[in-house]
Amino acid sequence: MNPFIEIITQPDNIAIVIMIFMVTFFMVWAFQQAFQNDRLLAAGLPVEGENDSFVDTFKPLVRIELIIAVVVMVGLTVWSIAVDAPLEEIANPTITPNPAKAPWYFLGLQELLVYFDPWLAGVVLPSLIVVGLLAIPYIDINPKGNGYYTFSERKYAIMIFSFGFFVLWLLLIVIGVFFRGPGWLWYWPWQEWDHARVVFEPTKDLTSVIGVDSRSWLGEVIGGFIVFSYMAIGMVAPYFYWKKNNPELLSKLGMVRYITIMFLFITMMSIPIKMVLRLVFLIKYVWILEYIGPFHIGINF
Amino acid sequence: MKSLPEITDKVKKNLIWKSIFRRDYRNTVRDKAQAVFGNVFLHLHPVQVRESAVKLRFTWGMGGITFFAFILLVITGVVLMFYYHPTIDQAYTDIKDLEFQVPFGVILRNLHRWGAHFMVIVVMIHMFRVFMTGSYKAPRQFNWGIGVFLLVLTFLLSFTGYLTPWDQLGFWAITVGTNMGAATPLLGYQGPFSEYLHITPYNDIRFALLGGAQVGGNALLRSYIWHCVAIPLISIILMFVHFWRVRKDGGISKPQK
Repeated sequence: MNPFIEIITQPDNIAIVIMIFMVTFFMVWAFQQAFQNDRLLAAGLPVEGENDSFVDTFKPLVRIELIIAVVVMVGLTVWSIAVDAPLEEIANPTITPNPAKAPWYFLGLQELLVYFDPWLAGVVLPSLIVVGLLAIPYIDINPKGNGYYTFSERKYAIMIFSFGFFVLWLLLIVIGVFFRGPGWLWYWPWQEWDHARVVFEPTKDLTSVIGVDSRSWLGEVIGGFIVFSYMAIGMVAPYFYWKKNNPELLSKLGMVRYITIMFLFITMMSIPIKMVLRLVFLIKYVWILEYIGPFHIGINF
Repeated sequence: MKSLPEITDKVKKNLIWKSIFRRDYRNTVRDKAQAVFGNVFLHLHPVQVRESAVKLRFTWGMGGITFFAFILLVITGVVLMFYYHPTIDQAYTDIKDLEFQVPFGVILRNLHRWGAHFMVIVVMIHMFRVFMTGSYKAPRQFNWGIGVFLLVLTFLLSFTGYLTPWDQLGFWAITVGTNMGAATPLLGYQGPFSEYLHITPYNDIRFALLGGAQVGGNALLRSYIWHCVAIPLISIILMFVHFWRVRKDGGISKPQK
């Protein structure tokens, strides 16, 4: 069979195909309504739902809930009749499948393992995703766009969230499911998986590009300088930009909010930056911090 | 031969019917309200809702669909528990029995698995909708936080269920997933700084998750109890809060300008 058909019709992967269609559909619907409301706002007209009247719960709402429940139930029943849940061989600790993949919704995080060490990709970054999501209502002080679809009134919030959700979360899941084969090597969907394939990628660390051993003390210092500069510039540059162009926003935000937003944003953007460094320039680590004096640290970025 | 109105009259005008439904439903304002707050399930809703709440355009029904998927998973899950032993000797053959011995066993398991995938998908889309309508803004900040925890719990529910068939797919997915725990700073034996706390593979966070240094019988039992008892209980409590706060914060969000 065509490898592409084979991979998208694997029972568990059908869910991902369904997800791609559903997410695309609702993304288009959300932005279509947002732009529609933006036109109304620009014309000074009330947005959709602003002049809502009330309807009875019984029966209009109860009716639509029942219809949706029936439709979902029918859909899931058809899906369950058509496709059988997979059951592989009995668990065997001595036979490791290649690739060994986590459940599909964690494959974005597993993909991060290519770019970051496990303590970052598997523990710190997922925790920061949760922290960041929890923080959203408290760091987004824009009072506009409350209770209706709009893009123009909250451009930056929507762009940052969409980048995180569609690219860093969903796209990485799709890559993990459909584009990663044995050895976590990249396979196009039309390529046959080859278990004997070995790709030798001579990765190096950032400081070795300028001829400094990344594990020497000079390499550690330079690497640390680069990482801290990235954080510092990310923290300070927007501050001075806003101080000059939008001091009102800055004073409304306050220091705690500003630092939280910038920390989360800098951390989020370090993911695509590290991906480009790794994929395009074959750079494994920017900063290796194995030892400080006699103390073992072992955190590498 | 009696006419239909006579038969309905007979059915309705007796002590049993009246004890259950108390009163007749006439299409009056009073009875419409009574139908909602006189019903333990429907009284989650207010008597009247804003038009947007009954239009698919605004909410897409995603929160309700997530809740529906949860109920379906509880029902199919409870039935599956009748046929399942969480031991490494029996778990796999129990799933085989579902396939070959149990009436409708295949469709039961399929509904549970595809329902679970479906719930993960719709809960993410629900979060996207709430974000896009700015519904996390005042006064709903706290309820967004509850929602974030419910999202995480949905992932964990699905994740803990992955191991239960005790096949290669689940075994290695859980192995890969829990190996991340070993990389936790301070508390995982491969994580940074853990050596200073004398953390080994036998006392780290991964050991606590698995009940052992490898995925084995204890891990199967632990994931089973998390999956069937502990996480559903926590989720149900948070759902109470989530739904209650939707009401208290003014129902489906409306444009505030």
